[in-house]
Amino acid sequence: METGLVIGIVTAFWFFVGAVLPIILQFFLWRSPNKGIYQIMLILTAVCCYIFWLTAYLCQLNPLFGPQLSVDMIRFMQQEWWNDQSV
Amino acid sequence: MGSLLRSEEMTLCQLFLQSEAAYTCVSELGELGLVQFRDLNPDFNAFQRKFVNEIRRCEEMERKLRFLEKEIKKDGIPMLDTGDNPDAPAPREMIDLEATFEKLENEMKEVNSNSEALKKNYLELTELKHILRKTQTFFDEAEFQHQAMHDPYLGEETMGLLGEESQRSGQPLRLGFVAGVIGREKIPAFERMLWRACRGNVFLRQAEIDKAMEDPVTGDQVLKSVFIIFFQGDQLKSRVKKICEGFRATLYPCPETQSERREMSIGVMTRIEDLNTVLGQTGDHRHRVLVAAAKNIKVWFIKVRKIKAIYHTLNMFNLDVTQKCLIAECWCPFADLDRIQQALQRGTERSGSSVPSILNRMSTKQEPPTYNRNNKLTQGFQNLVDAYGVASYREINPAPFTIISFPFLFAVMFGDMGHGLIMFLFALWMVIREKQLQAKKIDNEIWSTFFGGRYIILLMGAFSMYTGFIYNDVFSKSLNLFGCQCDKDYTPASLDNNQHLQLNPNGSYTGTPYAIGLDPIWSVALNKIAFTNSLKMKTSIILGVSQMMFGVALSFLNHRYFQRPMNIICEFIPQVIFLFCMFGYLCILIFHKWTHYTSDMAGNAPSLLIGAINMFLFNYPKHSKLIYSGQPGFQGFLVVIAVLCVPWMLLVKPFLLRYQARYGQPFDFADVMINQGIHTIEYCLGCISHTASYLRLWALSLAHAQLSEVLWTMVMRLGFMFDGFIAPFMLVIVFFFWAGATVIILVVMEGLSAFLHALRLHWVEFQSKFYKGEGYMFQPFSYEHILDHGGEEN
Repeated sequence: METGLVIGIVTAFWFFVGAVLPIILQFFLWRSPNKGIYQIMLILTAVCCYIFWLTAYLCQLNPLFGPQLSVDMIRFMQQEWWNDQSV
Repeated sequence: MGSLLRSEEMTLCQLFLQSEAAYTCVSELGELGLVQFRDLNPDFNAFQRKFVNEIRRCEEMERKLRFLEKEIKKDGIPMLDTGDNPDAPAPREMIDLEATFEKLENEMKEVNSNSEALKKNYLELTELKHILRKTQTFFDEAEFQHQAMHDPYLGEETMGLLGEESQRSGQPLRLGFVAGVIGREKIPAFERMLWRACRGNVFLRQAEIDKAMEDPVTGDQVLKSVFIIFFQGDQLKSRVKKICEGFRATLYPCPETQSERREMSIGVMTRIEDLNTVLGQTGDHRHRVLVAAAKNIKVWFIKVRKIKAIYHTLNMFNLDVTQKCLIAECWCPFADLDRIQQALQRGTERSGSSVPSILNRMSTKQEPPTYNRNNKLTQGFQNLVDAYGVASYREINPAPFTIISFPFLFAVMFGDMGHGLIMFLFALWMVIREKQLQAKKIDNEIWSTFFGGRYIILLMGAFSMYTGFIYNDVFSKSLNLFGCQCDKDYTPASLDNNQHLQLNPNGSYTGTPYAIGLDPIWSVALNKIAFTNSLKMKTSIILGVSQMMFGVALSFLNHRYFQRPMNIICEFIPQVIFLFCMFGYLCILIFHKWTHYTSDMAGNAPSLLIGAINMFLFNYPKHSKLIYSGQPGFQGFLVVIAVLCVPWMLLVKPFLLRYQARYGQPFDFADVMINQGIHTIEYCLGCISHTASYLRLWALSLAHAQLSEVLWTMVMRLGFMFDGFIAPFMLVIVFFFWAGATVIILVVMEGLSAFLHALRLHWVEFQSKFYKGEGYMFQPFSYEHILDHGGEEN
């Protein structure tokens, strides 16, 4: 999957949760005493989850070292994941 | 505005209540539960107050009710709890209640004493019955002995019984005897005492009674034995009787001849039957009385507690000079003044008084109590915050932010989808079955702790599933949903020649990372921890600095609300600059290093930790790689600014205050300076130590992942190693152990540990940036609160 596509989709999702939904709630729930709580919950959830996903994604964007695997594991993966029947 | 962000606006009110209307008005206010009364007679002790007699009567009634409750519980009758909430009865109804309770108590006491006397009688008759039966055995044995005497090879008894000795010795011996019953455990001591006191001239035979008998006083079951003592002469008789008295053995008259004994036996049996009938009837009567009482007892309890609560409150009021009206002072929320007025009106109407009650707002310099309107979701989190300290009046309440940040930080430390799912389902069950579980009123403290925190656990479980998904950890296994980021990089030859190989991202990296979360290849890699350490440590620092920056921003909101512009200039701005220069810059560098250095530049990537240390030491060795040109200059600039913030925080405010107080107003410069010094040191050192403290997010997450992995490799994997017929059974057994250890160690123990650490991070690292927490809770006069706590005194 393209890097830009993934970042775009995930950012758009959390932006919707954290910015668009609270604005919608502002108009649809404007009488409810709990409106403020829901808005704070949505914004905080979006911010925390987005930052957490972003750190995990950016960390792997440019890996500086790779995984150390046992040879059996490499053979197995070549067969199962990388569809290399030559092994 | 009535929101959870700040505590409610409170106002001090004065109530003028006519004496007749006071009782009903207070009753209505108790149902409403929105006012906190202040004690206007703090110097009076309990006996000097006006309504001390009524309270005494209430306590008498409560004592009688408790006695009845104890009797009901003893019989195991269920007490009906309809969930009714009866109103507090009027004072004249109190007399009726008192009469009812008095009658019930007397009846119960009478029934109990009758029943005790009957049982004592029953016991005596039963013991007599056993004696008559057993002594028959003794006398029979004597016959056997008598026969044995003629045959010296049988029997060894030396003493004979009545008439038997006379055959041998030819001299008539009159042996007296006493028969009685004694507790079984006392027999050895009894025997010894008899032997010593009578110099071996008495003879004791005893036989155990098989059935245990009920002691009438205590109701215990005791084991007893029948004994019979033979002696000669009056002196020994009196001695034996005294010893029996001393050992509390009960003596019974036992007839000598067998026919008399049989007659007595029959008579005793008849009397026992009669007594059984009477005892049964007495028990039935008692049961009927208790069942009738059990129907109403819960309602009575509620009524009596409400009356007592009202009189305690009335005791806090002042009596007006004209002796006609009572004055009360109370704190109440400003937004609820209308409802309180309506309650007062209702109370005045109910009492039939013509004079309306008056509510008057007062202005005061005292600090009002802190009142937060919570619902069942937010109450749990509010309790977490209040456990550390109740918010000062109208300062920012951290609770609404804690609703999300606390479960999130918990989840960062707990991150496992499988364990998170278990927690989530448990909490979901509690939430869905809320009403039924609450109605059960289970008394267990541990259960009520978990149940009270069900929404907290629900959110913790949900976030744990999310962070578990990002860490790609399901019971220590990984999911491969988006395709691995690495591709093949080795020839078959290199595979044949080596045991372990490390994939070089330069060749094997496909160019796009795993879409959401950690790549699954790391779960089978031998150097997994090296990679996740880097990820988790950096994430912890980023989250920590974000939360601390957020805390400082909240302090700005507090300064603005309480209109302290000096604090904004002297405290908020230097705090933000200090935090940013030291750790905000570090976070930017973290993001930069992640995005800028590709795998082919891996050799040139600088170490951020060494870089940070060098930044503060102004140490840039020749061979060190710079991230950008001009880095030493810019970093030096940042350090200088950060250091300059310290005297800014320390000195500006005290001197400004001194300048403002220059016209002779009382001003203690030393005090202010010391205070400011403490705050400055606390903040600056706190910044550094708290940032390091956030690394516990990494540490606990590592521990959890490792425990989970160890449990799998050491326990569960063994279940798959069996072959043949027993394999399924062994797998089930191994799974049982693995599942048990997972729930107990990983979910419960690790969960509690992560809960505690997340709580600490909130209380210390987050709240120290803005929270004063010096307020006191609003404790309204509310029946609900009093009844829940079992009617404690105000």
